Amino acid sequence: MARFEIYVTYKKGIFDPPGATAERALQNLGYTEVSSVKIGKYIQLEVADGTPEARVREMCDKLLANPVIEDYRIQSAEEA
Amino acid sequence: MRFGVVVFPGSNCEQDVVHAVRVLGHDACYVWHGDTGLADYDAVVLPGGFSYGDYIRCGAVARFSPVMSEVVRYARSGRPVLGICNGFQILTEAHLLPGALLRNRGLKFICKTVTVRAEESACQWLDVAAGTVLRLPINHNEGNFICDPATLERLIDNGQVVLRYCEPDGSRRPQGSAPNGALDDIAGICNERGNVFGLMPHPERVVDPVTGDGGDGRYIFEGIVRTLEGVVG
Repeated sequence: MARFEIYVTYKKGIFDPPGATAERALQNLGYTEVSSVKIGKYIQLEVADGTPEARVREMCDKLLANPVIEDYRIQSAEEA
Repeated sequence: MRFGVVVFPGSNCEQDVVHAVRVLGHDACYVWHGDTGLADYDAVVLPGGFSYGDYIRCGAVARFSPVMSEVVRYARSGRPVLGICNGFQILTEAHLLPGALLRNRGLKFICKTVTVRAEESACQWLDVAAGTVLRLPINHNEGNFICDPATLERLIDNGQVVLRYCEPDGSRRPQGSAPNGALDDIAGICNERGNVFGLMPHPERVVDPVTGDGGDGRYIFEGIVRTLEGVVG
């Protein structure tokens, strides 16, 4: 069993309403050093040993992320 | 005229669409998401709701339902497809329409009647003069339309922007009139050919006076009927 971890975030320039709300809330709580909060998704994937990363990328492009609005980063669990 | 109304697990406006179509004197049938036959229908509607619980992203899973490869083929052959609310989200995920629908800017689920303005467009579904203001209900959490600047330019140049949120008099505020933050106040777009139309408002709820007053929803269902009759006649 191999493991991949996938981080999905909005592309630069795409407004992230939950992130912006968290940012304002943190500032209201006195954490004035906060200048940006981005909220994304974290996905854990278990696949058969030897599954190439290219295949995981395909899964991201097709289903797990929407390339129109989102970027993603794949990390194999060994690196994590 | 017979409309096929696709039912995904989690769709919840399919009965409203079927009812609206029947009130207007046409035939409508449900099409289960596992079915693959659309040949019997003159037009196909993807209704609103929460297909597959909106998991991953709205419409992301529904897009891979067996019926969707048929819907793509149907649309590409030039036949009429309408996506309402979640149906619009599914059409963007299926790449039948450009752009995407993000969470509403104010983070609130919005359920109210709004005014939208018909734009000069290639849309086969809407048969009203440009500038006509319609009152239609919206009911969504992810209706904040977005696309890259080049796509927006293309949408405008090709007459693919069909409906824009507006003030009751048809004007648009400089800071935007979209209650959900949609780019350029966009409420509905069509493909280049005009046969595929996606919109966030729910026209089916304002056809029968029992479910909503005003009746402005009929312009969309009657629009496609007139277009098709024109083709046949």
